[in-house]
Amino acid sequence: MATLDTIRRSLHRNVRARIATLLALPLFWLVVLYIGSLAALFITSIWKIDTFTSKVVREFTLQNFIDVFTDKAYFNVTIRTLFVAICVTLICAVIAIPMAFFMARIARPRSRPVLIALVITPLWASYLVKVYAWRTMFYPEKGFINWLIEPLGGSSPGFGMFAVIIGLTYLWLPYMVLPIYAGMEKLPNSLLDASSDLGAKSGRTFFSIILPITWPAIIAGSIFTFSLSMGDYITVQILGGTFQMLGNVVYQNFSLNLPFAAAVALIPVIIMMVYLGSIRKTGALDNL
Amino acid sequence: MRLSLPARLFLWTVMGFGFAFIYVPLTLVVINSFNKNTSFAWPPTGFTTSWWSKAATNEGVRDAITRSAIVALTATAIALVLGSLAAAAIARYSFFGRDAISLLFVLPIALPGIVTGIALNNVFTNFLGELTIFTIIVGHATFCIVVVFNNVAARYRRLGSSLEEASMDLGANRLTTFRLVTFPLIRSALVAGGLLSFALSFDEIIVTTFTAGAGQNTLPIWIFQNLFRPNQAPIVNVVAAALILVSILPIYLSQRLTQEKSAS
Repeated sequence: MATLDTIRRSLHRNVRARIATLLALPLFWLVVLYIGSLAALFITSIWKIDTFTSKVVREFTLQNFIDVFTDKAYFNVTIRTLFVAICVTLICAVIAIPMAFFMARIARPRSRPVLIALVITPLWASYLVKVYAWRTMFYPEKGFINWLIEPLGGSSPGFGMFAVIIGLTYLWLPYMVLPIYAGMEKLPNSLLDASSDLGAKSGRTFFSIILPITWPAIIAGSIFTFSLSMGDYITVQILGGTFQMLGNVVYQNFSLNLPFAAAVALIPVIIMMVYLGSIRKTGALDNL
Repeated sequence: MRLSLPARLFLWTVMGFGFAFIYVPLTLVVINSFNKNTSFAWPPTGFTTSWWSKAATNEGVRDAITRSAIVALTATAIALVLGSLAAAAIARYSFFGRDAISLLFVLPIALPGIVTGIALNNVFTNFLGELTIFTIIVGHATFCIVVVFNNVAARYRRLGSSLEEASMDLGANRLTTFRLVTFPLIRSALVAGGLLSFALSFDEIIVTTFTAGAGQNTLPIWIFQNLFRPNQAPIVNVVAAALILVSILPIYLSQRLTQEKSAS
């Protein structure tokens, strides 16, 4: 007991020791295990491969990066992936901002928890189930969309980039709605009243008051929609038909040529790091 | 707030459209699980419950559900401990490297799952030799920690430290303060973070693909493997529909929690 007491006393006095005790285990997990694995993976990208056994050979080479950056096909996949991720993020924002505003500001306070629960429901429903649901929606000739627009003379667009964008938007929409809702809830009423008292119309109030104040929350939501879209390859397999994204390239090369897969995987990581770095000042990270 | 009529109409339209967008696909899956026609063309041609009884006795499904539950429970338990420890440190103290650490705690969800997946796979296969249920748990705990951390850190930020200070000014030591003051205040954040972390783990497929050994199917892996097999389509439909119905439970729980919070 004496030793326990000494430890307790020194912890009480020493702030640093307290922080270290709290952080030791979580940091061990995330730094050694997670960052360590990432580092090991990216070191692999400058190594060679034995073309017969597919085993990694620890010899320095930049060939993987030369292949990634000179082959037009990989450039195109990167652009396509970015395009999809940006589309998904924008569509999510366009749907989520008015929905969050309605739930936080227009709906009666009593119905707010119900509305929020209705939005969260798909967040709890399984990822695969949601993608699967859209597969039945988009199915050519026998899907729901086809049944819906056939009388109008159209037909289902089938599987491809459009289906992937819709599927991913559906998957990540709640991740956009929730932070924006939290941001809108904090908005002081007095500001909105002041704005309309001073003669601003609804649109002006939205663009000059609501949007700037909730911006960090919107950016926080975009971290999820953007990153999750960029790394996805399963939705692309289920809804994309022959359409491919960066994740699919990584997945296909992973077992045969790990160094090359690692080099390709570095692309979304760099894009994400640049994105995270550029938004740090907006305070979005505190809105997650 | 006063809104013009067009603005009101616009918002109502978006809400209606948004909810239709969210619920039509899920409803279709549930309806299709009772569809007699195995091609699952829309609209359904007949009603049957036979797919449900077939799915209930399916060995692969049962095995996968059990494994998913074990993984999700263990990963969540690890995450609750590590996530709340880190949240306490980050939210209560300011120290050198604090910003870097907060950024570190975003990475596992901010970086694409496939990158985490192949990175862990590379380390596991090189150092452990084989993939087991244990490697799935480690992979899942890595992002579950972040979920718990976010929930608890947000709660700490909102609470401020005055209550804890008051407790210690009145003579309670740190342990007593934590037990009687801090813990009751962060309890609902722990439950919310734990629920979310359980759900994410139960549902995870990308990291799992790379960290699960052969034959170590979790439920999402089972669904994915059977998704493109036409003769398994009815069972997949039922499992999907069941998952939608089951997902109502955590929503109900989190509802209760928020009501409890606003009441107190």
